Amino acid sequence: MHRRHWLFAAVGALALGFTTPIATAQQKPVKIGFSMALTGGLAGGGKAALIAMEIWRDDVNGKGGLLGRPVELVYYDDATQGANVPGIYTKLLEVDKVDLVVSGYGTNLIAPAMPIIMRKKLVFPALFGLGANEEFKYDRYFQIMPAGPEPKLDWSRGFFELAMSQNPKPRSVAIVAADAEFALNAAEGARANAKKVGLNIVYDKTYPPATTDFTPIVRAIQATSPDIVYVGSYPPDSVGMVKAANEIGLKAKMFGGGMVGLQFAAIQKNLGPLLNGVVNYDFWVPEPTLTFPGVNEFLAKYRVAAKDKGVDPFGHYLPPYAYAYLEVLGQAVEATKSLDHGKLAAYMHKTTFDTVVGKVKFGKNGEWARTRTLQVQFRNVQADNLDQFAGPGKRIVLYPKEWKSGDIVYPFKQ
Amino acid sequence: MLSADLLANAVVAGILLGGFYAAVAIGLAIVFGQLDIVNIAHPAFIIVGAYVAYILNSLFGFDPVLTGLAAAPAFFLCGALVYRIYFLAFERTGQESLSGLAFFFGVMFIIEVSLILVYGVDYRLVQAGYIGQTWTIGFVDLPLRMLVPCAISVALTLGVYLYMSRTFMGRAIQAVAQDRLALQLMGADPVRIKQWAFGLGIATAAIAGSLLIVIGPVEPSVGRLYIGRAFAIVVLGGMGSIPGMFVAALLLGVIESIVATFFGPSWAPAVSFGVLGLTLALRPAGLFGRS
Repeated sequence: MHRRHWLFAAVGALALGFTTPIATAQQKPVKIGFSMALTGGLAGGGKAALIAMEIWRDDVNGKGGLLGRPVELVYYDDATQGANVPGIYTKLLEVDKVDLVVSGYGTNLIAPAMPIIMRKKLVFPALFGLGANEEFKYDRYFQIMPAGPEPKLDWSRGFFELAMSQNPKPRSVAIVAADAEFALNAAEGARANAKKVGLNIVYDKTYPPATTDFTPIVRAIQATSPDIVYVGSYPPDSVGMVKAANEIGLKAKMFGGGMVGLQFAAIQKNLGPLLNGVVNYDFWVPEPTLTFPGVNEFLAKYRVAAKDKGVDPFGHYLPPYAYAYLEVLGQAVEATKSLDHGKLAAYMHKTTFDTVVGKVKFGKNGEWARTRTLQVQFRNVQADNLDQFAGPGKRIVLYPKEWKSGDIVYPFKQ
Repeated sequence: MLSADLLANAVVAGILLGGFYAAVAIGLAIVFGQLDIVNIAHPAFIIVGAYVAYILNSLFGFDPVLTGLAAAPAFFLCGALVYRIYFLAFERTGQESLSGLAFFFGVMFIIEVSLILVYGVDYRLVQAGYIGQTWTIGFVDLPLRMLVPCAISVALTLGVYLYMSRTFMGRAIQAVAQDRLALQLMGADPVRIKQWAFGLGIATAAIAGSLLIVIGPVEPSVGRLYIGRAFAIVVLGGMGSIPGMFVAALLLGVIESIVATFFGPSWAPAVSFGVLGLTLALRPAGLFGRS
């Protein structure tokens, strides 16, 4: 190539390199609006989710945006109060004039947005709501949490299938859950699964969210001598349950199931060896069977962004899915070359998306077409060591078989 | 399902829980019960106490309970300052009823948001040798995670009771609660006495916070869960009565534990507040209150 050609090529490349972002910056942004729990009980997850969403925005804008326009996230703190959510979405749609909307974090904060979203016929990618669309049956709802087509049942199906594959088979189960929407849904599914596999339910109670001491509850469970114990709980309760089970010496052969909080690094570090043997749900753990393309690169960015922000330092649980639900939306926009919600919904129903959480395919009801609710077992956890949870070997995937990384230790060691 | 060991364990667990509730409520028994100040931000101060324990425990490995005791004087000064602002802005001009309540709501939100901004929203926990250990006496289990807070709370309640009944300043606080004008006529400064008492109430929050984080994880907004329960204990015990507050705390703890063990935990708050309603119907001044 002549020197002059090199010059033209260089000028051309520079022109392309500069003009694309300038053009992007001059374009009206594609606004994505949502509420998020940045204060209140779910803020730990909400803030981590926001970090992931900002990483996605920066990644997309770094590649020229959506439809050649920059992406802007417009969000408000819902303070983990469902009552704030309708007002936020009304403002996003009527005042901020956002082009697209996604949900905030959690069942209790997704459901209050649904009537407004449905009235406007908007596509609604949702972040970690358990059975949030069961009553609404909205055909433009897309849940990124891999609970599966029957979310309430699929949530605990693995726990009960694992239990029933042991020898001797368990015969009785205790079910205990927090008196709040997610946990009640989880308990409902657990009850149905237990009946389906023929387990005798010897204890089935809920507890109020403001419970301080769980020893009376665990002792009452112990008195019914269940073979396995299914718990649907929120983070502070999960800590209380695990500690109480250890203090009392719970004799169940399998313990856990639906405990939120055991996925968070700070709680894992504090509970340390008390976690060993606990079998609990999860959605992503750093096991070799779950290294999807892009997930480790995303987590590396998350760790840098999350540093000193008082959120989960590893971000295994929620952040990859917060990134993925925007990935799905972004891929749909690019593929349809449109912000038309009807076209987007049709595309999202028929497509299998490649995301950092693997391949995502939605079923008719907007849940994942196949469940990928993992059941993992804590193993060889040492005391007071945060870094041990960064890599593999501490949360062994037992279920589903497709993603399995080890066999269950049964009975529960306590 | 009713058995002697289950009943004994339920009662003991209730006493341990009630002991902790007493630590949460004792500051309110002084501030709300005796000074008539509706300090809705008291649980938020307790959360600050929990964070102080967390910070010193995670950075230097200090025992959380000792940290709470050491932080109490600083909390006392902070409480005195808060009261001074409250007095100048509201009490002096007779606007303490509604505006004062709004002020303490504001203080609560400022504390919560400040904690979020500085420390984030992740759950905070502490490490201590006794957390996770259990003493067993016969068939009764005593988890040290609950026993230590209960023991500290008993000592705190006893200390405050003796201070209130045996010292000049303690009696002055009780006097200002009964008749502010009479105290003024005797040459005492009721504002200074109330400031001292408010500081004392907030100082107990440092200790209660350190006990809370020993029991379970803490995040900035968790204090809200204790607002209703703490006020209920003070009212049930009889406004301003320290022994009444302690008995009421134990009563609620034992009721919650027995109901949770034998009838289901979701009934526990309903039964506790039912007992509160029934008691107030029969004794409007509370268990130990003077009508």
